[in-house]
Amino acid sequence: MEVVPLLAIEQLSKSFGSNEVLKSVDLSVSAGEVVTIIGPSGSGKTTLLRCVNFLEFYDGGSIRIDGSEVGFRDGSQRRRRTERDLARMRAETGMVFQSFNLFPHLTAEQNVTLGLQQVRGKSRKDARDTARHWLARVGLEHKAGSLPSELSGGQQQRVGIARAVAMEPKVLLLDEITSALDPELVGEVLDVVTQLAADGMTMLMVTHEIAFARDASHRIVFMADGRVSAEGSPDHIMSGADGNDRLEAFLSRFRGSRI
Amino acid sequence: MDQIVYAFPFLLQGLWTTILVSAIVVALSLVIGAALGVGLVYGPLPVRLAVRILSDCVRGIPILVLIFMVYYGLPPLGLRLDPFWAAVAALTLFKAAQVVEYVRGAIGSIPRGQMEAGKAIGLIFSDRLRFVIFPQAVRRFLPPWINGVTDAVKGSALVSLLGVVDLMHAINQVIGRTYEPLPLYLLGAALYFAINYSLSSFSRVLERRYAFVRE
Repeated sequence: MEVVPLLAIEQLSKSFGSNEVLKSVDLSVSAGEVVTIIGPSGSGKTTLLRCVNFLEFYDGGSIRIDGSEVGFRDGSQRRRRTERDLARMRAETGMVFQSFNLFPHLTAEQNVTLGLQQVRGKSRKDARDTARHWLARVGLEHKAGSLPSELSGGQQQRVGIARAVAMEPKVLLLDEITSALDPELVGEVLDVVTQLAADGMTMLMVTHEIAFARDASHRIVFMADGRVSAEGSPDHIMSGADGNDRLEAFLSRFRGSRI
Repeated sequence: MDQIVYAFPFLLQGLWTTILVSAIVVALSLVIGAALGVGLVYGPLPVRLAVRILSDCVRGIPILVLIFMVYYGLPPLGLRLDPFWAAVAALTLFKAAQVVEYVRGAIGSIPRGQMEAGKAIGLIFSDRLRFVIFPQAVRRFLPPWINGVTDAVKGSALVSLLGVVDLMHAINQVIGRTYEPLPLYLLGAALYFAINYSLSSFSRVLERRYAFVRE
């Protein structure tokens, strides 16, 4: 079966000043696929993810979701999309942040309904029903009326996931979503992600949970120094390492502990 | 004492002018200052620069000088305002420059991630401000701003220097006839205090309401 990639990143480059963070990155994700990006810090993983949501402007190359360029107008030479157009494109992707970034003045439910009402144009009642549904899916229906400050880190992150998936994005982006959590809270968040994967949600994630990456992903991309250094099935990446020295060095740090 | 009772309606008229000047200044400066403040934080470089310069200049000039500049300085340039509006314009300009700084500080205190989370769910810029940034910024904005409102009431006494009959001017006129400065100044002080005390009490109520941000 010929698979058309839902997310196609081609020759993406991005610099912060003179620091070239991404150097011609190619990466594609098909519908229903879970792709995990691993790599040492500073390798550009998070920047890549943020470019997909146009939280970062990219300097060269293209990012297409379902055929549409993310940050720039279709069929033009890098003319930036209008604010409204950009917002519409951003709503096609969901983002879950390392630091949760819940809206602290809104309850868990309102965190989810805000986008549903203002972006998706749902009625208050529809939005509330959808929010309740997703809060239940992440195991937090009883916390719908709580403010973020009244929730644990794990609970906050699960609300963050509900907020993102309730918008029915085509691709869900997960940026080190367990890095800010106490170890005992990591499991509950990863369980939710595993569930979503099983339901066929297309995901692109950055994580340091190597064991989780191996178990949950269809494909793993190893990034080093702003480039895709190795790519393949979890077994392929985790085992032989393909004679790739940098990957070998990266994985050796995890060997003996959790793998 | 009789004379004070006799003069009271006249003083009340002055009080009304004081309240009117303060209310117009506070309302106008809030709108103008908030708009400029948003420009200072999110605007393109030329806008940021212009607001920065304006705010710094205005805040660096005594209000009194500003009032005289508007009233005596603008007519040669073809803009003649009557004393009331000249004073209101100058006070508004001064107040707006302060509001700009309050807004900048309040918005600046909100973590970057909030704007990004708003972007990520597809909110356009104005909706991000309305639903994400402003509701949080208002908590930081209120305390200094209400402080500034009481300053505006006190500062409004300066309009008397252009001959506008506000509370201050009314008191001076009554003293001019009765030669009883102390009781009248005490009465005036009490009236100013009454306004400002109710304002700051109100501000405490507001602050409590926004401290919990429960809806």
